[in-house]
Amino acid sequence: MTTKDIKLDHVSIRFGAFTAVDNAHLTIKGGEFFSFLGPSGCGKTTLLRCVSGFTEPSEGTVSIGGKDMRGVGPNKRPTALIFQNLALFPLMSVAENIAFPLEVRGVGRKERRKKADELLDMIALPGVGDKKVHELSGGQRQRVAIARALAVEPDILLLDEPLSALDLKLRHHMRTELRAIQQRVGLTFIYITHDQGEALTMSDRIAVMNAGVIEQIGDPETIYNKPKTAFVASFVGETNAISGKVTSQSDGIVSVQTPLGVLKGTAAGGRHYKAGDECFVFVRPEQLGLVGAPGAIQSMDNQLTVQAVKEEFEGNARHLFLNAQGQDLRLSRTNLGGVSDHLAGQAVQVGFAADQAIVLPHGSLAGA
Amino acid sequence: MNRQTGGGPLAVGYALLFFAFLFGPLIIMVITAFNSSSFPRVTPWECFTTEWFGVLFGNGRLMNGLLNSVVIGIGVVLIAVPIGLAGALALSELGPKLRAALYTVLITPILVPGVVLGISTIVFWGALGRSVGAGYDSMFFNGMFLTLIGQVTFIAAYAMLVFIARLQRFDPTLTEAALDLGATPGQAFVKILLPFLAPAIGSAAFLTLLASFENYNTTVFTIMADSTFTTALASKVRLGTDPSLSALAVIIIGITLIGAIVNEAWTRRAEALRSGCAARSAVYGNPALAVIVHPATVLVLLLGLVGYLAWSGTQHDAGVCKQQILDEKLARQEQLLEEQRQRIRDQKAAEEATGTVTKPASPSAFGGAFNGLAPSPAAPATPATPKAPSAFGGAFNNLAPKTD
Repeated sequence: MTTKDIKLDHVSIRFGAFTAVDNAHLTIKGGEFFSFLGPSGCGKTTLLRCVSGFTEPSEGTVSIGGKDMRGVGPNKRPTALIFQNLALFPLMSVAENIAFPLEVRGVGRKERRKKADELLDMIALPGVGDKKVHELSGGQRQRVAIARALAVEPDILLLDEPLSALDLKLRHHMRTELRAIQQRVGLTFIYITHDQGEALTMSDRIAVMNAGVIEQIGDPETIYNKPKTAFVASFVGETNAISGKVTSQSDGIVSVQTPLGVLKGTAAGGRHYKAGDECFVFVRPEQLGLVGAPGAIQSMDNQLTVQAVKEEFEGNARHLFLNAQGQDLRLSRTNLGGVSDHLAGQAVQVGFAADQAIVLPHGSLAGA
Repeated sequence: MNRQTGGGPLAVGYALLFFAFLFGPLIIMVITAFNSSSFPRVTPWECFTTEWFGVLFGNGRLMNGLLNSVVIGIGVVLIAVPIGLAGALALSELGPKLRAALYTVLITPILVPGVVLGISTIVFWGALGRSVGAGYDSMFFNGMFLTLIGQVTFIAAYAMLVFIARLQRFDPTLTEAALDLGATPGQAFVKILLPFLAPAIGSAAFLTLLASFENYNTTVFTIMADSTFTTALASKVRLGTDPSLSALAVIIIGITLIGAIVNEAWTRRAEALRSGCAARSAVYGNPALAVIVHPATVLVLLLGLVGYLAWSGTQHDAGVCKQQILDEKLARQEQLLEEQRQRIRDQKAAEEATGTVTKPASPSAFGGAFNGLAPSPAAPATPATPKAPSAFGGAFNNLAPKTD
């Protein structure tokens, strides 16, 4: 199977005065599992519809395998889209659904059925071909939708939040499944999601989008550990954002004056700050530690005295909600099987290392 | 039944009254179709007859109208359903503002009185015909054509309403999915949207056929010199009614009943098959019974029954009975006339005896002309009766005693 690169060359999509996608410029390599991650309404679905041919870009060009796709309809593009609601045809049986792309290409009935059965074997659902779509469970429908899209033999599979309708367990299972299918068939997957867990676990690379703008493109670890903007830092994963002003910078370490005192963090991406720059210090809850607790580090670059407000138990982790000078903080500890130390209501000492805190310029935060 | 759920004699009585109100007229009409009395009535019962069916089928104008109605009805279905579908599709594609405007335009013909539509149709096409110099034998003055056009103008809107309701439940991403999977827009329409709309197409076709068939207001103008079933029927009723109309009602009720029964068999079978309990049920699990309750079998059986009834109806001859009734009437008439003559003779004798003029026994405005008929328990007038050639088919004969 040939793999084709997808090139978005300064693509903007506008609906009237509203800009849904603003100057998207990137190349998705053939065979890659590429995710667009962003909150709802950030333009990621519009971008996907643009790649699949339902929307033409207002500016810029989309090319697949070096071929400009302008004016090429969705039925002529080497893409197959898996819709958010799957869009399985309710009046057809499962096999008819899967064989639909072959039917419209004039393939004979017998051969269609054979191909449908092959694909059903591939998605590990043999023998359901004669069932109606509504007789299948959510996860089975999901896989049928994938099989139907694969019947097109596309170069690129586009997935629009296909897991959002499934329950948590199934969602986690389907993540592994999707990744496995992608590696088996070797197609380019472009995956749209607002769930950072899905994006992080499955993708080769992720593009984080906010309000039509691609904020950062990178592999999952880079996106999580080295966010380039305040939005990416706050949207991908849990984090504590502490607002402040830069006082000084020496090498990569920045000192920031915050309501909690002067905090030290790493300047992301070798950035240089001037004194007085508005900025955020981001610390992940798991990087925040209790000082003086048994087994914990006894001294850290940044130490704070805060009030523990309440504690939450989430099975694999304990979350401690803290407050200091009106600033809410969150601290997560892996559950190692101990009992709660009932910190709620007490004053505790917490701290974090300077190289685990990231200092980023002021910008919009996710969900803020 | 318990009182909490609204039982009790009052509720039962009300229900019976309600059903009597619904079905009473139909039942009486069916009975009148088989009474040989020339006016549709149940009492006095004269003879069981099937001759009114013959009269019905022998009515050339009505039968010709029926043929016209069927032709126009099929034409209207073939034109109005696609137009309605196109209108509904256009509406579903538009933005909200334009949609409201177009909806109003498309729905207007339903709101305009049928009379206005009928007149404007003949005026418009007449003017158009004259402007292109077409003669009166051209299609611009052809009743069938004008009726077809006139009916389509508003019946297409009915079809559109049916399609709009169905399209509101259509998920447009299905069409997008079909396109994305390589279908051309035409294929997406034929393979995805049309199968989804199939039930709506069926009901729209049925609705438009009925609307065309029963339409009077518009048709009575546009049909010109021709007539449809409805207009022929209306003019027949205006000129006086006879039980052949009841015979027609019997036929229509029969067709409706057969349709309803077959449909019910169909629905039950589909329901049993869908729920998957067909194999376990006593009826559908039994191979012989399963065949018998199959809708096709039900239809064949019912048609066979109707065929047999029709055949035995043609074999029935009410002639003897009718002759008997006629003889009875004549005898009764003769007897009454004789009594009257006797009275007159007695009066004359009395006058001669007393020498004074006494008033007649009945101060009738008709000079006692109807006195002889008055006590008659049976209507004396049948078409075969030479004595009372009433323009009303003897309809008012039984009112006669009131003049007494």
